[in-house]
Amino acid sequence: MAAISAPSRRAVCPRWAGLAGLVVGLHGAVCAGAVLPEERADAMYHYYDGGGVRVTGPALLVRKNMADKLSVSGSYYADTVSSASIDVVTTASPFKEKRSEYGAGVDYLYSDSLMSLSLTKSSESDYVADTLSMDIAQDLFGGMTTVSMGYSRGKDTVRDNNDPTFSDYVNRYQYRLGVSQILTKTWRVNLDYEAITDEGFLNSPYRSARILGAAVPEQYPRTRDSQAVAFRTVKSLPPHSAVRLEYRYFWDTWAIAANTAEAAYNRYVSTAWLMELRYRYYSQNSASFYSDNFTQAQNFMARDKELSTFRSHALGGKLTYAFQSHPSFLVKSTLNFAYDRIRFQYDDFTDVRTGAPYAFDANVMQLFLSLWF
Amino acid sequence: MSAPRYRAVMLLPLLLALGVGGCAIEPWVKPYEREYLADPIMNTSRDPIADKHRQHVFDTREAARGATTSEGGGCGCN
Repeated sequence: MAAISAPSRRAVCPRWAGLAGLVVGLHGAVCAGAVLPEERADAMYHYYDGGGVRVTGPALLVRKNMADKLSVSGSYYADTVSSASIDVVTTASPFKEKRSEYGAGVDYLYSDSLMSLSLTKSSESDYVADTLSMDIAQDLFGGMTTVSMGYSRGKDTVRDNNDPTFSDYVNRYQYRLGVSQILTKTWRVNLDYEAITDEGFLNSPYRSARILGAAVPEQYPRTRDSQAVAFRTVKSLPPHSAVRLEYRYFWDTWAIAANTAEAAYNRYVSTAWLMELRYRYYSQNSASFYSDNFTQAQNFMARDKELSTFRSHALGGKLTYAFQSHPSFLVKSTLNFAYDRIRFQYDDFTDVRTGAPYAFDANVMQLFLSLWF
Repeated sequence: MSAPRYRAVMLLPLLLALGVGGCAIEPWVKPYEREYLADPIMNTSRDPIADKHRQHVFDTREAARGATTSEGGGCGCN
């Protein structure tokens, strides 16, 4: 499929090196054995506007491989937040703040195993999050099956910009398991599971619950255990298209259950242009200690709309342009624009300004340049 | 022997057989037949930086989390 589809992955699969060598010339590296991630650099500007919140900023990601065994990556991600959300306008004053996230990672390829280690640090005025992640992926059966597992340890510090004496913590433990299976020449399926345990201060120091209309501080349990299982499948529709379907079921010890379903259609419309159309549906029920308006005080009380019963629809797409000529040190270069329109509809979260169930629309945009080298 | 432990012991040879048998499984899609599978549009996460941002948008507004192809960090609340 011409320039845009030529994969720049470097396959490392000695048993098939001879055959792969023949095919690489036709279509890049096709050996699906363990491979290092693609060597690429991305520079993105992102934009979110919805529900009185605007978040914009740049993001950068650079990944370089060494000696076909090691891959190192560095990333930077910034959010500039201007917030007059319904929580803010009904209980506090609009505010602006900035979040910066730095990430660094190393991937090591040994035979059919890929071992990854990454660190991220996210900082904003009242929240600092440090995360260490370790993952391993093992190819089996000639690259037909990939089994992966991972562990992340997060340590967050929570502060209150209105109370310099307040400081608390969140400890987070994440455990991941995954299987990716090639079914046919054009069909792959993935099954992923993740368990997450949180312990610490899990609510916002700013948000209020309501008891008979009177605002009181929220109080959450200090532990939360959640599990999620996701099924993904991608089917190629040769020669120009592919369909992706995803479903995730989530449940936790706060009695929340959620369903996420997504469908995407990708199509090369020419040698230079690739388009993606996508739709995502999400629904959840409320936490056991959520109420729009409590009738009496109880141990745990929340009025966070993210813990209420709601659903959302996201419709969007992505357009990719592959440059037909570029400097010799580049394998491929693309310019991308993505847009999603999201509709959030809350069943039991009232807009206290109108008395009606709250709903809002959000626009999400991304403009980014990607270079493969 | 308790029933669960008995079942576990009985399952062990089966798992071993599957494991040993699995090592001998010939890939029914040969590496040189994976042209379409190698195409970027067959990735569940084609652009990591863009997918991370999009996932972060959802993570900060939904209670569900985990089992995604990309994870975000920090609070990014409100």
